Amino acid sequence: MLTFPIYLDNNATTPLDPRVLDAMMPYLTNKFGNAASRNHAFGWHAEEAVDYAREQIASLINCSPKEIIFTSGATESDNLAIKGVFEMYATKGNHIITATTEHKAVLDTCKHIEKLGGKVTYLKVNEKGLIDLKELEEAITDKTILISIMYANNEVGVIQPIKEISAIAKKHGVLFFTDATQAVGKIPVDVEADGIDLMAFSGHKMYGPKGVGALYVRRKNPRVKVTAQMDGGGHERGMRSGTLNVTGIVGLGKACELAKQEMEADTARISAMRDRLEKELLTIEESYVNGSVEHRLPHVTNISFKYVEGEGLMMGVKDIAVSSGSACTSASLEPSYVLKALGLSDDLAHSSLRFGFSRFTTDEEVDYAIGHVKEAVAKLREMSPLWEMYKEGIDLNSIEWAEH
Amino acid sequence: MAYSDKVIDHYNNPRNVGTLDKAKNNVGTGLVGAPECGDVMRLQIEVDENQIITDAKFKTFGCGSAIASSSLATEWLKGKSVDEALSIDNMDIVEELALPPVKIHCSVLAEDAIKSAINDYRVKNGLPALELPKSHH
Repeated sequence: MLTFPIYLDNNATTPLDPRVLDAMMPYLTNKFGNAASRNHAFGWHAEEAVDYAREQIASLINCSPKEIIFTSGATESDNLAIKGVFEMYATKGNHIITATTEHKAVLDTCKHIEKLGGKVTYLKVNEKGLIDLKELEEAITDKTILISIMYANNEVGVIQPIKEISAIAKKHGVLFFTDATQAVGKIPVDVEADGIDLMAFSGHKMYGPKGVGALYVRRKNPRVKVTAQMDGGGHERGMRSGTLNVTGIVGLGKACELAKQEMEADTARISAMRDRLEKELLTIEESYVNGSVEHRLPHVTNISFKYVEGEGLMMGVKDIAVSSGSACTSASLEPSYVLKALGLSDDLAHSSLRFGFSRFTTDEEVDYAIGHVKEAVAKLREMSPLWEMYKEGIDLNSIEWAEH
Repeated sequence: MAYSDKVIDHYNNPRNVGTLDKAKNNVGTGLVGAPECGDVMRLQIEVDENQIITDAKFKTFGCGSAIASSSLATEWLKGKSVDEALSIDNMDIVEELALPPVKIHCSVLAEDAIKSAINDYRVKNGLPALELPKSHH
């Protein structure tokens, strides 16, 4: 039995796994203690639960439980990592290297750093969405303190060459931070093997709750420190004050434990569904996958259907919940900056849909989505003057469009 | 963002989708917008000897509001004289379709398409093109 709309926007957020909710429930009810209360059982239970979650998380990403700093989510983790390093290492330098396809939580934080007098280099990506390692190395100066490159992109799923990036960072004595929000829990992430110094991730992208995330901060080789961005009780080794969100932390821990146990089986099943949908939708004339298909997360595909506009298309596929690179609703009317950074023309960026799959997606849902999208594209192309011109062999670039 | 019922109706059941023969003298064609901006409208009118618009067709690349605005425009154009058609204002479309502020540009585009089609018809028939206010979006 299908229930509508079908949720295929799992890169925006994932549903909470019922097993995660079960783990959380006691901490929403009778185990309500403050993990910082050292003098009674309520506090001890809460602290125990938090410590256990730290272990579950550390086990997934191969670090020490002491290297996990809990936050409210990946945006806070990104802010803490970048601003915290900028402040802590101010005597060493003021230059940060990042990329144009980063999440806004990184890009806007870097903009803030620039206002504070820092220097930021924004690396371009190629048409696959990958940065150029040579350009990265050439961008490093004696003032460079941080390289901030995401593990995997949220719009197209492209995975950056993390090991190679960290090797370059290490060679030049620069810290390496990665926003791994889309990667942790979905693909194997190992901070030791990957050579990561700081890493941001969040609960709600891996079947955990919203409002909780973490920042991994390396303690050895090298020992990394970040300046706290909130003043208060000195929680989390002084790096992030604020009463711990015990319920959320327990949920994040459980989500990590499940991810570790089930990742391999989930990936096999989910990537097969993704590949099937992609293959079917690419049988539609003039449709294209955006970004690398070799270096990509297993649970996402981003496809442009030329000559139909993404927002109009989303209205036509109302039985499925997806997202579009068209930003027709935004005041700027600018399409996705990520797709544009990949070199897509504005019209192709406007024509894109992102499909994100989860552990709960079924084959039946995928079948329905395929037929639904095919129908909607066909219907909208019947209505599209651009499609008609294309079919008549008119070069759309030869027309003088009235830009508005 | 939720669409109004009227936008959804026009989107699901667009009126007058199609193509008129642009080579004919009594057909005026307006093509406005740009693919880079995410919307292109083509609106066509067929005019009889009494200057009455007997048929109107559209094709639109764009969001639901852009499709609805052009669909509505073709409905309103049919049966009007060319002069009456000139008086269609984008704010009438905004009101009828209950477009939110962020979608007003769709109605502006529809008004531009109407005027552009009328001008094409006028020029074809030896009439001077009307001075159109510069696109205001």
